[in-house]
Amino acid sequence: MEFEGNGLLTLVVFLPLAGALGIALFIKRDKEVRYMAGAIALAELILSLMVFTTYDLSEGGVQLVDRTSQWIPIESFKVEYYLGVDGLSAPLVLLTGLLGFAAVYASWSVKTRVREYFVWLLVLQTAVMGVFTALDFILFFLMWELEMIPMFFLISIWGSGRREYSAMKFLIFTFLGSAFMLVGILALFYSTGTFDMILLPDAIAQTELIAPAGIIFGLIFTAFAVKLPVWPVHTWLPDAHTDAPTAVSVMLAGVLLKMGGYGMIRVSAGMFPEVIVDAAIVLAALGVVNVIYGAIITIRQTDLKRLVAYSSISHMGYVLIGISSVAGVGGLVSSTGLTGAAMQMFTHGTITGLMFLVVGLTYEKVHTRSIPELGGLSARMPVVAVAFLIAGLASLGLPGTSGFVSEILIFLGAFPVYGWFTGVAVFGVVLTAGYILWMAQRTMFGPTIDRFSNVRDASRMEMVPLAVLIGSIILVGIYPSFVSDMFRDGVAGIVADIQRSGALAMVLP
Amino acid sequence: MTMHDIYLLSPELSLAGLATLVLLVDLIVKRKSYLFVLTTVGLVVPLGFTLALLGSLDGAGVVENQGVLRDTLVVDKFALFFKLLLISIIAIVSLLSIDYVRRFEQFQTEFVVLLLYSATGMMLMASTKELITIYIALELSALPVAALAAFMRDGRSAESGMKFLILSGISSALLLYGMVLVFGLTGATQLDDIAERIATLAINTDEPFGSYALLMGVVLMVAGFGFKITAFPFQMRAPDVYEGAPTPVTAFLSVASKAAGFAVILRVFYSAFGIEELSVEWSAIFAVLAALSMTIGNLVAIAQRSMKRLLAYSTIAHAGYIMVGLAAVSTRAGSGDSSLGISAVLFYLSGYAVMNLAVFSAVIAISNRINSDAISDFAGMARRAPYLSAVLAFGLVSLTGIPPTVGFIAKVYVFGAAIDAGLEWLVIIGVLNSVIAAYYYLRIVKSMYLSEPLSTDPIESGTPLRLAMLVTSAGILLFGLYPTGLLNFVKSAAQALLSTS
Repeated sequence: MEFEGNGLLTLVVFLPLAGALGIALFIKRDKEVRYMAGAIALAELILSLMVFTTYDLSEGGVQLVDRTSQWIPIESFKVEYYLGVDGLSAPLVLLTGLLGFAAVYASWSVKTRVREYFVWLLVLQTAVMGVFTALDFILFFLMWELEMIPMFFLISIWGSGRREYSAMKFLIFTFLGSAFMLVGILALFYSTGTFDMILLPDAIAQTELIAPAGIIFGLIFTAFAVKLPVWPVHTWLPDAHTDAPTAVSVMLAGVLLKMGGYGMIRVSAGMFPEVIVDAAIVLAALGVVNVIYGAIITIRQTDLKRLVAYSSISHMGYVLIGISSVAGVGGLVSSTGLTGAAMQMFTHGTITGLMFLVVGLTYEKVHTRSIPELGGLSARMPVVAVAFLIAGLASLGLPGTSGFVSEILIFLGAFPVYGWFTGVAVFGVVLTAGYILWMAQRTMFGPTIDRFSNVRDASRMEMVPLAVLIGSIILVGIYPSFVSDMFRDGVAGIVADIQRSGALAMVLP
Repeated sequence: MTMHDIYLLSPELSLAGLATLVLLVDLIVKRKSYLFVLTTVGLVVPLGFTLALLGSLDGAGVVENQGVLRDTLVVDKFALFFKLLLISIIAIVSLLSIDYVRRFEQFQTEFVVLLLYSATGMMLMASTKELITIYIALELSALPVAALAAFMRDGRSAESGMKFLILSGISSALLLYGMVLVFGLTGATQLDDIAERIATLAINTDEPFGSYALLMGVVLMVAGFGFKITAFPFQMRAPDVYEGAPTPVTAFLSVASKAAGFAVILRVFYSAFGIEELSVEWSAIFAVLAALSMTIGNLVAIAQRSMKRLLAYSTIAHAGYIMVGLAAVSTRAGSGDSSLGISAVLFYLSGYAVMNLAVFSAVIAISNRINSDAISDFAGMARRAPYLSAVLAFGLVSLTGIPPTVGFIAKVYVFGAAIDAGLEWLVIIGVLNSVIAAYYYLRIVKSMYLSEPLSTDPIESGTPLRLAMLVTSAGILLFGLYPTGLLNFVKSAAQALLSTS
């Protein structure tokens, strides 16, 4: 069986799974389980950094390929084991490593069914890593579906509130979306004869599809829209977030939503250049609805977690707007909007991850997430308050933080294309500033409350993930080309395809 | 009957011989569990013969010097695939029965012997290529099951047996009527001859199937076979029969009977009615039945409170998924692989056998102890029986079609075949159904892992059940991660069917 590649990505994808199996089979004591999971998460972070740094930007294209065609070499169902990263996926692998690390360390205080908990958390990380690195469509889909079961258990066993309802809702929405995607993937295979995601864009352009491209696009897009989530299929997200344990919220907001955005860029935009140009105006409109509707709902929230959850919906709207910029102006597409969309995924991952960590810590110390009951916490827990502020300020796009970079790129890219939509969306930033600052004021500042006089600040262990995420937010804020160059390179091919496809001429006035 | 005929029939003959041997040994042996060991070990003989026959296949997947018993039976890779599958199923079912039959005061041995006779009939079904032989094999497989279904001798079990008997009588009558019409039109009972005559008959393009007589014959045959595979609208018996029958019999019915039924359907429709004009027509019939079976089975399953009834409705839904592969006929294949639909059916049948038997093993192990099939009694089972619950959960996840399980590959493969045959609408209905199914399968998983247990007594299971669970869950994982070997096998079996027809 010939195997191509050095195995680095295979290790990145399957190390958490191997660790999960090891924990499930051999480790009994809770303390050892935690240390084992912590060690694996750390190793995973280092490995994902290695992937990120070994990716040679000057060369571009797909690198670190691990591939064998011997997995299912059936002529009429040819599935390969094929992993690789390009400029688009390498930063997302790093993001997954970062948040996977943060999630494991944020779970240190989990007390019930510890072993099962860490097993599922690690399996989840394997699935997400697999989604970002798989370049065979069936492998991609397999990883996409694999993610559901760990999430289902994590929310329904270790969650709070109506956790069973939320877990089932998450599962049904995701499964429904991916069911449509399966039809689309199969339709593509039986038109072009390949599941290879790198070859597919050309193959689709050159063959007559067995169903109209618009329909296949719609089927696949549905799955990504549910995941991102796009209004009106977003309703699972607030429930899932509110009831999920902290670390799972971190993973959910930080990386799982990005699977949707990643799919939209790699598959929807990358494989259907003509359709995406036609659909761009719809995406822009949906994006604006997400941004504004999400923000307005966010302002009304009184539960900290629900607030952050709705703010995620608002922020993911910017991704849609960034993608919509592929419609181009005057027959020319710039890569700015798409780069911004990809950047927004990366930065929102770290920012919201941090936000959920802080909210989780607050809840753990204060035992309530209801904003009206909180206040004056900064005196009791200064470290948490500072982290909270940094996350908030980054979230509203303060220059010097990563949030600013991605939003400005999206606006720069989309404004020339859809001026009005973008103009309205910029107003979302004002709303964001409103709810973030108001929330910070009501929870962290103001007069101290006696009830909270014994509240303790974050422990050393709890500071580790905070520090990692704050570091990456500031780093990307002051030195954005650290990741943006890579993203720009990753979307360059997609932009060139759209430019070439000739679809642009049709939409121009 | 020459020696060569005997050799070609050796799997069936040795299986029937084993059944008779067990029956005789029963007279002298006191410990009944030895007989189950004898059965399970004895299955090595038919297995060995089947493998030997597989080894002597020629390039086209057919044993040389065909024409067993005046050309009524055929031994090709397609038939041998089903024989292997059925032997494996019967081995697992006999493991499942060992603990279960202790509750019967007498006739413990007869239980397994009847299973073996029924399996013999099913193995013959996979080999038949002549209408009357099909009918005989079908009856041989059905009659022992009627006795088995009534084995518990309580009200529900008796009802189950009676319903099975009456409805299988009706289905046989319908089937015979259909066969008679086909015979009347073509003057042949041999499937190959039928195909030849149909090709020479003037096809009247205004009428479906070229003539109303043939349409009537085909529809009645579909109805007759529909009972076997529990396809809508012939599924009515299934839930009552499944619920009342002893659980190992339910397991046997849901996988073996279905496999044999599909074997006959594939053989008849691809051999006798395989020409393009006809296959497009019957493909449409199966497509509609598939859509209805999936939808009705899944929707009704949601409301079930008994585990066995739920699995009965789930088996109806899975019959629908398999029929999606049946509807994906070769002549429309866009990829040029004309055996894709058949191999999808064969793969799904094997996968379904593995995962459904895993689920049944765990259900039997648990309900043996708690004496209940109610889903509510499975609450919190993960704490009382962690391994049993894990197997049950894994099986249910596989039935849902979530990776890394064989159910996932089977689902993708069967839907792929249908897309290739241009049945996008059917696949959309199929995937929507898999979402409905996720709801009720995973609700059970949720209740096992989340709810408070009704008692804290741990649940133990015996070695045979544990062995069955180990084998089946290993199968789910193995075929889910590396399905290539099985895919290659079903593909060559499918090609053998196409080349012998």
